[in-house]
Amino acid sequence: MAVLAAALGLFLLVNIVVGLIRVLRGPTEADRMLAAQLFGSTGVALLMLLAAALQRPALLDVALVFALLSAIAAIAFVRRYWTRREMTAGGDDGGA
Amino acid sequence: MVVLEYLGWGLVLAGMPFFAAGTVGLLRFPDFFCRLHALTKADNLGLGLVSLGLGLQSGSWLVAFKLLLIWLLVLVSSAAVSHLMARTALRNGVRPWRRP
Repeated sequence: MAVLAAALGLFLLVNIVVGLIRVLRGPTEADRMLAAQLFGSTGVALLMLLAAALQRPALLDVALVFALLSAIAAIAFVRRYWTRREMTAGGDDGGA
Repeated sequence: MVVLEYLGWGLVLAGMPFFAAGTVGLLRFPDFFCRLHALTKADNLGLGLVSLGLGLQSGSWLVAFKLLLIWLLVLVSSAAVSHLMARTALRNGVRPWRRP
């Protein structure tokens, strides 16, 4: 079963590497951020597999932190970079 | 317990095509909204099947509960972030792709 876990982890890594193509030539910054979102969830799955294969439950906490960080990164991207509507009327975030 | 182990690995294997579909969709789809749509499959269903399978074969309630908790966190955050990104894209004037 360890061989199967290693093969599946390698498959997820290949997914991440192939997704980097979109980071290279996504026409907009938003497309690159989408690729980063996908890397976040794939990395969480990879850490879960590793925790099961190596019998290290501590890796599940790392996966939890990964999930939190990818969400926070996407929200920060949308709110602070993608929209340049800070300090203008009409924004629903009440200004920065 | 052997049955649970095989069932768990089967579920993990069933989750892998969703990750592949997310990657392929991210590369092949024509615009931002289609890519976002492909990507949430990997978030929700792929990670859900992987965490369910690993929780079944872990054999301890604590590990299974933690896996479920990670999946629920990813579900909630993925839904919120996807909605936020799509709404911001619409407001920024990104036009949805139409069949030419």
